[in-house]
Amino acid sequence: MTTATTDLHRPATGPAFQGVGLGRKVKNAVATTLVALAFLVAVVPLVWVLWSVLEKGLQPVLHADWWTHSLYGLRPYDDRGGAYHAIYGTVVQALSTAVLSVPVGVMVGVYLVEYGAGTRLARVTTFMVDILTGVPSIVAGLFVYALWISILGFGRSGFAVSLSLLLLMIPVVIRTTEEMLRIVPNELREASYALGVPKWKTIVKIVLPTAMSGIVTGVMLGLARVMGETAPALIVGAYASSINLNVFDGNQANLPLLMNDQFANPETAGFNRTWGAAMTLVLIIMLFNLLATVISRLSAIKK
Amino acid sequence: MAKRIDIKDVNIYYGKFHAVDSVTLSVPPRSVTAFIGPSGCGKSTVLRSLNRMHEVTPGARVEGQVLLDGEDIYAATVDPVEVRRTIGMVFQRPNPFPTMSIRDNVVAGLKLAGVKNRRRLDEVCERSLRGANLWEEVKDRLDKPGGGLSGGQQQRLCIARAIAVQPDVLLMDEPCSALDPISTLAIEDLITELKQDYTIVIVTHNMQQAARVSDQTAFFNLAGVGQPGRLVEVDDTEKIFSNPSQKATEDYISGRFG
Ligand SMILES: Nc1ncnc2c1ncn2[C@@H]1O[C@H](COP(=O)(O)OP(=O)(O)OP(=O)(O)O)[C@@H](O)[C@H]1O
Ligand SMILES: [Mg+2]
Repeated sequence: MTTATTDLHRPATGPAFQGVGLGRKVKNAVATTLVALAFLVAVVPLVWVLWSVLEKGLQPVLHADWWTHSLYGLRPYDDRGGAYHAIYGTVVQALSTAVLSVPVGVMVGVYLVEYGAGTRLARVTTFMVDILTGVPSIVAGLFVYALWISILGFGRSGFAVSLSLLLLMIPVVIRTTEEMLRIVPNELREASYALGVPKWKTIVKIVLPTAMSGIVTGVMLGLARVMGETAPALIVGAYASSINLNVFDGNQANLPLLMNDQFANPETAGFNRTWGAAMTLVLIIMLFNLLATVISRLSAIKK
Repeated sequence: MAKRIDIKDVNIYYGKFHAVDSVTLSVPPRSVTAFIGPSGCGKSTVLRSLNRMHEVTPGARVEGQVLLDGEDIYAATVDPVEVRRTIGMVFQRPNPFPTMSIRDNVVAGLKLAGVKNRRRLDEVCERSLRGANLWEEVKDRLDKPGGGLSGGQQQRLCIARAIAVQPDVLLMDEPCSALDPISTLAIEDLITELKQDYTIVIVTHNMQQAARVSDQTAFFNLAGVGQPGRLVEVDDTEKIFSNPSQKATEDYISGRFG
């Protein structure tokens, strides 16, 4: 043992800690104010938008006809009718987009993370997905118009709208899946392999369930985003004032199209319908987000 | 049950990096072999090559033979999935499946292999949890998530999960490094019990632990920075700790290392 260089029993001279200096107090106050201001700047427009929608759109939506009638045969100034045709279109088009984009997107994401890592195909795919992410919705619409309608000869339909939304949606699903799979710790995969579970089963039964809540949330947010897209609907779909139950054939309204149509209607009825549709769209999107929360709660990692 | 392992002239690589140089060593059935050595000398790497877990790392490969009761697990015709079913593994950090309950965690291996019979699963669950000394603590909350257990309990849960598929060999990579002394003792007792039925290889940094639980000890070392790790010597644990034949082993064990 060497001799101790510090005498632990020596009384401490003076306090070891000083109070917070003035400079730090000022900096703290300034930073706090800045953060609070930034928060206000972000939140005020948001609340404002929601308030406008609520104020102008609530009344039309509260009418029972809104949810059960279309605008078929009504004149621009008729204060009746509803958005049932457009609500149906929006939901059905969103669902067909989801049904097509989720399997494709998830499988590509799984390939990129679990199988392709580092291969040339994976790099090219990632690059393509990056480009696709940046494609403006109107370009997606034009593409579907050129391919689906001009070349393949199909008519305009709700499904054509879904197809263009699909182009916007797939990169979102791929990205979400990729990110969520990447945060699944490798230890879980190895734990599963160590039990003699094959790779594909490990992915299906261990990795995907662990990443599920994140993927669901991402998909729902992507859908909510895509549901409000108007440009592709203007190009490959077309507004109809009556209900069209068949998504594959003929003009089918959706809420953005309804808004676009009624925005041009100078009557009070047009004003109400436009804001009513806006309100409905916000409601549906909120519902989707709520659903996303519930689903991700149910499939969440249990603590 | 309980098979013999013969490692013959095994070289292990991560891409171009030669991590472990020419290891030859035998592990008799129904015994505990401890791997000791300084950090980075390749203990985990050798351990992971014994159930073909090493090749899961991209670019990683193994040269040489690992014989399980005389059969080379690296033979071209051998399915790595089968190898891992026969040779179970417990990791350094407890890693229960976060989406599963305690019960499902334990029987995950069977369930994923397609066993559906509820009675059978419940039986295996209880037997494995008892085997891992965890039954009494969790029997009233089998449906609660496995992530809600303490670290030591989670580690024992992982052991239960590993023995539920009834492997012939159990590999353990520093299974106690994250645990308190009491959980550590519990797991050491468990290892001694499991030895009746399994061939066990354990990596540990804890000399006392190696001395307490193992029958045979292998000392690994690095020849130098950037050099591959190698096996310095392997012998009965008693001999290694009392009278090792290599100077390096003695230095390491007595703490006069480096
Ligand atoms: N995934 C990997 N990729 C590349 N090199 C690796 C990888 N894992 C380990 N290595 C290298 O292989 C060598 C042996 O590592 P290993 O993990 O087997 O050491 P260890 O003896 O288990 O050490 P510790 O006691 O710290 O766990 C080290 O030089 C390490 O840097
Ligand atoms: Mg290690």
